[in-house]
Amino acid sequence: MINIVVCVKQVIDTEIGPAYFKLDEEVKRALRPLGSQPILNPFDENALEAALMIRDSLGAQQSKITVVSMGRRLAKALLRKTLAVGADDLIVLEDDIFDSFDSYKTVEWLVAAIRRIGTYDLVLCGRQAADTNAGQVGFGIAEMLEIPCISAARKIEIEGEELIVERITSDGYDVLKTSMPALITVSSEVGELRFPTVMALRAAQKKEIRVWKREDICSHSIPPQRTDLVRLFIPPVVSKTACEMVDGVDAEDAGKNLALRLREAGLL
Amino acid sequence: MSTLVYCESSEGRLSTMSTEILGGGRELADALGHPLLAVLVGQEAALVADEAIAFGADIVYILDHPLLSDYQPEAYAQAIEQLITEIAPKVVIFGQTDVGRDLAPRLAFSLATAAVLGCTEVKVHDESKRLLQTRPVYGGNAEAVFSTITDPQILTVQGKSMMPLARDDSRKGQVLPLEVSIDESRIKTRLVQRVKEVEGIKLEDASVVVSGGRGIGSKEGFQMLDNLASILKGTVGASRPPCDGKLMPSGKQIGLTGKVVAPELYIAVAISGATHHLRGCASSKAIVAINRDPEANIFRHARFGVVGDWRKVLDGFTMTVKALPVE
Repeated sequence: MINIVVCVKQVIDTEIGPAYFKLDEEVKRALRPLGSQPILNPFDENALEAALMIRDSLGAQQSKITVVSMGRRLAKALLRKTLAVGADDLIVLEDDIFDSFDSYKTVEWLVAAIRRIGTYDLVLCGRQAADTNAGQVGFGIAEMLEIPCISAARKIEIEGEELIVERITSDGYDVLKTSMPALITVSSEVGELRFPTVMALRAAQKKEIRVWKREDICSHSIPPQRTDLVRLFIPPVVSKTACEMVDGVDAEDAGKNLALRLREAGLL
Repeated sequence: MSTLVYCESSEGRLSTMSTEILGGGRELADALGHPLLAVLVGQEAALVADEAIAFGADIVYILDHPLLSDYQPEAYAQAIEQLITEIAPKVVIFGQTDVGRDLAPRLAFSLATAAVLGCTEVKVHDESKRLLQTRPVYGGNAEAVFSTITDPQILTVQGKSMMPLARDDSRKGQVLPLEVSIDESRIKTRLVQRVKEVEGIKLEDASVVVSGGRGIGSKEGFQMLDNLASILKGTVGASRPPCDGKLMPSGKQIGLTGKVVAPELYIAVAISGATHHLRGCASSKAIVAINRDPEANIFRHARFGVVGDWRKVLDGFTMTVKALPVE
């Protein structure tokens, strides 16, 4: 039996386009765009997909997938999607203080929760969150749990007691081997999270989930902050001259004219 | 007190990224009034030490050990940790590279400090003398300025955001080999195979990049882009969807989670212009966009654009480019 813990963060949808993105500079926080729903961090969805792929290869009885999600005022219905696609257990860490741009606090709390879960052979995280884009939490969890860490995986396989992981590099990938327990951060190349069936979605809404507050996981005092978020702002749009549109009698002709125009402008 | 820059090399040359962070590191070290140190790891280290001095370092530390021949995170982290403990730098700078984005957070956690990854701007606060580290957040829609409370302040810097100094071979500096001991029992991961999927001109160094998005749709489509790229003596790139869809290797991805490029000419074909992609190409001298959607965000950032079916546009474009007289 392989116990897999997947850390999943709920984030605002950052791909709505810059025109809809708003933030409050005073409290240093993005505002949820009107009409848009929060989403699961796409890289964390990839991590969950990687867990499900491992389950597919081992057989359903040979693995247990526990999803842990941390934040404040979380949309439970959204998180239940993880159960609908096949996770066995969902643990929600919810407390007003679980909101930080400081990766180190996040790590402390997640580690406390993983320790409370108790058994883990594999911990999976997305390579980074779509909101903070920090890319650090996985490393921190591994460091605190004193387990090996492999970052930016595009493929994970279990072979006996060992993990075989393909890690993305700038010109290809490395094939690495390590022992369990281990932590792996997952990249989008693993593949998108599968869709749940309507039946599974309905069943997931009825499933029991565990909600842990700060005092349920962490008896010691709040870890001190190591970074200060000094300022959060939307960068001003650099004023560029408007795009010059090149035309033609048809698309092919437009392509020809584009080449001639670029030559004229000294770009070719 | 000092600023330490982690330098990387390949084929006996200092990487472009390393020259950039040496340039930026030099500026920070001068503002903080302390020396700029560099560290090079592995067998090639001694070969490029003089180059690091020519690009701005005062002292170059060489860490060589049989276990440091290939990047192995647990071995490298031990070695750099020993160096940091010995010289106690205030600031440690990495490039946002395969090694930097992997090693910097490991060191931050093991040294009980913090790392700020993917910085695009770094300044010194006038009074506190702490670094103000700016990096994109929310998928590039916003920017955050972080100040690290603990020492050393560890950071990685995004490509093309710092300027290298002009190489000056008459600069004087010291090269110091440092003995490191590596506990093999702490090495838990083994490299089995290194697979290279990307050959030819490096994306970061190319002067022309022909880049394709979701709309390209097939490997054969990317072949057309590749064909144009080779006529223009450039290379081909991609946004995230084709890489996730395995049409292109991840090494070709341009954007927040891929590479940052700043070529003379960036031809974006069937790319809508998502913020995280633009973060990887916005510094290009000229962006040319081909897209069938006249409302595509990419046109807001392009200097020239054509609205139309990319295959037909590219056919006409490529044919004409081939026929252009050599200048």
